[in-house]
Amino acid sequence: MILSASHISMRFGPVEVLADITVELRAGEVHALLGENGAGKSTLAKILAGVYKPVSGKLALLGNEITLSGPRDAAAKGIALIHQEPLTFPDLSVAENIFIGRQPTKAGRIDWAKMRQDAEKYLSALGVTLDVSAPVRGLSVADRQMIELASALSLDAKVLILDETTASLTPGEVKKLAAVLDRLKAEGKAIAFIGHRMEEIFSICDRISVLRDGLKVGETLRTETNVDAILRWMVGRDVHHLVERGEPNLGDVALDVSALTRRPRFADISLSVKAGEIVGLAGLVGAGRTDVLRAIFGLDTVDSGMVTVTGTTLVHHDPARAMEAGVALVPEDRQQHGVLMPQSIWENGSLAIMPRLAKFGLVDDKTARQKSAEGTQRLAVKMRDDEQAIRELSGGNQQKVVIGKWLLTNPKVLLLDEPTRGIDVGAKAEVHRVIVELAQSGLAVLMVSSDLPEVLALSDRVLVMRGGQIVSTFDRKDATAEGIIAAASGATLAEVTA
Amino acid sequence: MKKLLARRELSLVVAIILIVGVAIALQPRFASEQNIRSILLWVPLLAVAAMGQTAVIITRGIDVSVGSILGLAGMTTAILLRDYPQLGVGGAAVIGIGLGAVLGAINGGMIAFAKVPPIVATLGTLGIYRGLTFIVSGGRQVDDYQLPKDLMNWSLEGPALLSKVPFINSIPWVVWIAIIVMLLSHLGMTYTRYGRDVYALGGNPDAAALRGIPVNFVTFMAYVLCGIGGGFAGVLYASRYGTVNPSGIGNGFELQVIAAVVIGGVSVFGGTGGAPGVALSCLLLGVVNVALSVLAIADTWQMAIYGLVLLVAIIADERFARSARKRAGEAV
Repeated sequence: MILSASHISMRFGPVEVLADITVELRAGEVHALLGENGAGKSTLAKILAGVYKPVSGKLALLGNEITLSGPRDAAAKGIALIHQEPLTFPDLSVAENIFIGRQPTKAGRIDWAKMRQDAEKYLSALGVTLDVSAPVRGLSVADRQMIELASALSLDAKVLILDETTASLTPGEVKKLAAVLDRLKAEGKAIAFIGHRMEEIFSICDRISVLRDGLKVGETLRTETNVDAILRWMVGRDVHHLVERGEPNLGDVALDVSALTRRPRFADISLSVKAGEIVGLAGLVGAGRTDVLRAIFGLDTVDSGMVTVTGTTLVHHDPARAMEAGVALVPEDRQQHGVLMPQSIWENGSLAIMPRLAKFGLVDDKTARQKSAEGTQRLAVKMRDDEQAIRELSGGNQQKVVIGKWLLTNPKVLLLDEPTRGIDVGAKAEVHRVIVELAQSGLAVLMVSSDLPEVLALSDRVLVMRGGQIVSTFDRKDATAEGIIAAASGATLAEVTA
Repeated sequence: MKKLLARRELSLVVAIILIVGVAIALQPRFASEQNIRSILLWVPLLAVAAMGQTAVIITRGIDVSVGSILGLAGMTTAILLRDYPQLGVGGAAVIGIGLGAVLGAINGGMIAFAKVPPIVATLGTLGIYRGLTFIVSGGRQVDDYQLPKDLMNWSLEGPALLSKVPFINSIPWVVWIAIIVMLLSHLGMTYTRYGRDVYALGGNPDAAALRGIPVNFVTFMAYVLCGIGGGFAGVLYASRYGTVNPSGIGNGFELQVIAAVVIGGVSVFGGTGGAPGVALSCLLLGVVNVALSVLAIADTWQMAIYGLVLLVAIIADERFARSARKRAGEAV
């Protein structure tokens, strides 16, 4: 055993993200850390690599207890983290990217020739050929990951932690990476592999640990398990706190999207949502779901395709037109795009209709407060009064203010991106209740969510995206967590178990 | 990147030749050699100050207080030499440069450690340092007769060793000083870890932090270097003009410095550019000045033309960065 983590717990603010996790990384073994989005895998990876300090628990390297002061300290101790989006410097050369901060020097000056030689040596140890003098800009993600790996090897890393490294690789690139990992395994490196795709996990990894809601639910050797068992570990949880969807009351098609394409993010997306319907858009991080919402709302231009809202075709991709046509978008990152944190509830609540309230370019505060109150009352926002700064509210109540703000525009189509991210369980149910009520009142809802129980509880239909395309559609009665995960991760159960 | 740099440097050389050509063609009676020489002697000041600003802009920062640093350091040096001539030109120069470093450290401390946005921090010190220049001078100027002849000679004479070599002997010390500063800057940015860290930080700040680069220190030092450049240029200013006036010295100089750096190929989006391009662009601005004067275009046009060229360079960089990202398949 090279690196062991015992009884690790971690919290961000009041939210506990890891509880009492124990894992061991052994020499010559690839250990998969699996779990749904938000299960705590990446947090664990970052603790192992010194990016975060755990609230409690111990790390031991080769039997000796260690503390890590940061990623650089971890790297010096032989623990390297390889990122999904590799940490490279676009305008520096490949060689410098490998050695940045510790370039070989001769007589006090950087020895460029030696640096290039060494870079070639480590890259060829990985079986990779790259022009080490060329800038990194323009190289593929896969190549840039190899640069990170070469950097780790040049530090004589004993432990490699691959955080979602394959998420943006093509199948061919994944095969190459698997071959590189085999080499490293043979050299006795201990490797942690964080991933989603079952086929990869089963072909690359030797040992599998599954996390769920910050707890470790099981560990097994690959040879002693199968995909079904792993999926059950990943999703098995009680769902009693979720709301009843009830019988949907469907109207005409409110949102119609046909062959929408924005390369390289997504291509050929066609979907429709009826008035009163909730459609869930599931998939892994990076599948292109957020990009689709942004494009529908007109925030990004598209290469081709059409968006029609209650019969009006949105020709110009422009959020103002989309709003006029009755589209509202509640963005994923509340902090960045959803609210103005220091401002009051009523200022936030009336923001979306400011232009409509304005007379001669000026807005009457009283009217704005009245309007804002309509939204906050309808959604039962818990607050002291509407002068309170919105940052003092809980995540759930902030989200309700954001949704309320959009309701004032009388939307026909509501686009929700991760509506309950970062919201505690009790408040989640509140937000879910709001979403169901809005659908019952005739809104068409298109919801991106990585929270599978949420998708299953609310959606009348579930569309699954993978690699920028819609790969599966489930009706409510056919949708299962296992089926959605399998579609999102590109594994059919039969294929992998066969 | 090498190719791009080469392209930028090549286009600067072409621009210099074109402007010289146009000026000669339009005005056969090219202004007096003395006149041209006087204008071109301003280029070393610009180049010395621009080297420090180069590091700052590569880190995605900006130092708009550099003109005021030049002013305060130059004013202080002149006053010291007037009141304490026993310091000697060398001693006063060291104090002027040291003062520049301290002023730069104040900027760098606010930006790197207190996380004040660079434009805000240096806009504040632009006012403060300029105010201090008036306070230390009591609003009065130092005249050339009050300054030691040695200092003036920096702008008049070349190295004694070369005094017998024709043509070369007419190149004064300030030019050699600027050449040495540019060479040191180029070597420092290319062959030291600090220099490479500056590029890494500008290219990808998040990655730089996670790869263990001491981001705050690198940022802090960039402003110190900028202060040193400004302070040194202040000393050269006293040598070049002799008369040091608290409202004149370095006033508006920040625009010239920033224009020189950006036109020289240092992208305001960080991570690219270096001393060779900036050196050429300083020369270009000098030639533009000569051309304006030769063509009898009013001085008042100079500022507007700098501003215009600066904006054109930034827009060109932005377009280039966009298309580079697009080619790399990144988000635009």
